[in-house]
Order: sequence, then C-alpha cells, then structure tokens
Amino acid sequence: MNTKELIIERVKEKFSESIEEISDFRDDLCFTIKKDQIVNLGKFLKEEPDLQFIMCKDVTAIDWATRKKRFTTVYHIYSFKLNYTLRLKSNIDDDPPTIETVSAVWQSANWYERETWDMYGIKFINHPDLRRIYMPEGFEHHPLKKDFPVLGIPGSLPLPNKAD
Amino acid sequence: MGLEAVLQKEGFLTTTIDAVVGWARKSSVWPMPMGISCCAIEMIAAADPKYDIARFGSEVMRFSPRQSDLMIVAGTVTYKMAQVVRRIYDQMPEPKWVIAMGACTSSGGMYRSYSVVQGIDQFLPVDVYTAGCPPRPENLLNALMTIQEKIGKTRARDFQNRSLAELEHSQN
Repeated sequence: MNTKELIIERVKEKFSESIEEISDFRDDLCFTIKKDQIVNLGKFLKEEPDLQFIMCKDVTAIDWATRKKRFTTVYHIYSFKLNYTLRLKSNIDDDPPTIETVSAVWQSANWYERETWDMYGIKFINHPDLRRIYMPEGFEHHPLKKDFPVLGIPGSLPLPNKAD
Repeated sequence: MGLEAVLQKEGFLTTTIDAVVGWARKSSVWPMPMGISCCAIEMIAAADPKYDIARFGSEVMRFSPRQSDLMIVAGTVTYKMAQVVRRIYDQMPEPKWVIAMGACTSSGGMYRSYSVVQGIDQFLPVDVYTAGCPPRPENLLNALMTIQEKIGKTRARDFQNRSLAELEHSQN
C-alpha cells in the first residue's frame, strides 16, 4: 500500500460521513471536510501512530466572491514519518465567516490564523489571541477580500501630518 | 602645495560667515541611513571604495537620528512604517534634508497597493527625488551633490529664527 492509499483509507475509516471531497490533483492529495469536523480530523491525523502529521506548514483562505459558500480555509500539514504534505480544506457558508481554531492541535497555526483573520476576516472560534498581525490595530477592513479595492480605502490608514 | 602652505606665513582670508558656514554644512552632510528595503543595498554600495561617498564628506553614516543632517529614505514605506520614519525624522536636529531614494519612496513605485504610501512627500518634505529601482550608487551620489548645491545656497541665519514652541511642535 503506498502512502496516499494509506492516508485515504485511515481517514475514510473514521470520517467517511464528514468528508465532502477527496481530490488528487497533480499528485497533491486534498480532503475537503465539513467545517465542524476540522479539529477532529486534524487531531486524528496528528495523533494516529501510522500518520503523524505533526507539522502545520500553512493556514490560509480563499475568497470565491460569488459562491454561496464564499470562503474556503486551507491547511497544509506535513508528516515527517511519511515525508508527505497533505492539504485540508473546509468551506464556510456563514456570514460573518467563522470556523473552529486548529491552534490547539498545531501551535504554529496560531499566527497563521491571525494572518487569515487579518486578511480575510474569518473568525477562528476559541483562538487564544485573535489580533491583527500585519495591518495596524484599529484598521477596519480585510484587504484580501475580493470586494476590497486594490488601492485601499482612502483615509482608512492614518498617515502622519506633513512636516514643515 | 595647498592653501595651508601659502597661509603659513601669517596669511589670512576674507570671506562671509554665510560662505564659510554653507561650505562647512555642505561638506559634512551626515546621513541617517533609513534603509527599509532593497535600495539600502545600493546605499551601502555607495559607501564602498569603488563609489566612495567619503569623497563628499558623507561617509559618517549615523545610526542615531540625533547626529544626522540628511535622511536617505531607501526603500518601500508602508503606512505602518510611515509612523516610524516620521518619528525618526522628527528626532533629527535642524537643519535637515531628505532624499527620497528610488521609485518606491518617490511614488510608491511598483507597489500600487493599499499598504504602501504612494510617495513619502505626503508626510515628509523631500528635497531630492532619485529615479531608479533601485538607483545605482552614482545616482545616489548625484542626489547628494544636488543636496550639497542646495545646502550651499542656504544662509547661516536661515535656521536660527525658529521659536522654541515651533521646534517643540516639530519634535512631537
């Protein structure tokens, strides 16, 4: 059994109900899971002795703009044991968008989720420290949303007065 | 055989205070290297033996704004960084000058985006803009020479008549 088949089999055993899609595009394996199961799946992938996806390399999101489920969160996790990178996705349909944090599973997700919050406005429930990470405090918008203008909103970021 | 050899025999020169002070000011412009991104590399290159900024009396890169006359803003200034740049500028003692080095500082450059200030002249009085992305060291030296020309034209009393209240205002 190769690595991919092993992962698919293990995940299917436990999460067959909540997996929405399994895609294998250009040798990248990706699970799309219902958003209430993302933490359970993460915990399982991390703690299962055969899999051991102990590293979270990235958390980000996609803004589909026109879809009914407007946002998708994307997680890239890595297993040293299998030398394999796996992608997890979760579609969010509520407004404002919320999803459970995975920072309790992978510590590194803490800042990634702050970034995703800052850029997309996705609220990570139970996140220990959900503050902005790039934009200054007090900024009211989320720049990577599709309805945010590229040049920004005039006056939304303060500049010092002109020196004489 | 320089001037000092001729003046050894109790010689003297006549000139004006403005000329002497202007000459002294422009020959010892101490830069505050505000190196924020890739332009900083070219700014450093301007100090190496090949380009040798010391020829213009500006080799003393002061990393304290309180000892500087000239701020070289070298790099992309974001809105978040603008507050810092302004704070450092305010700490420089008068008289002071500013070079906007490169496309980013002059106009935002290729970063036509929400996070980058589209030209530092929105919050700083810029004396010389330098074209290039990044500008070559020669270009920076040219900017420095332009500044020197400008400084040479100042008069000694130009910076003396500011009231204390005005100075305090500019420091805060």
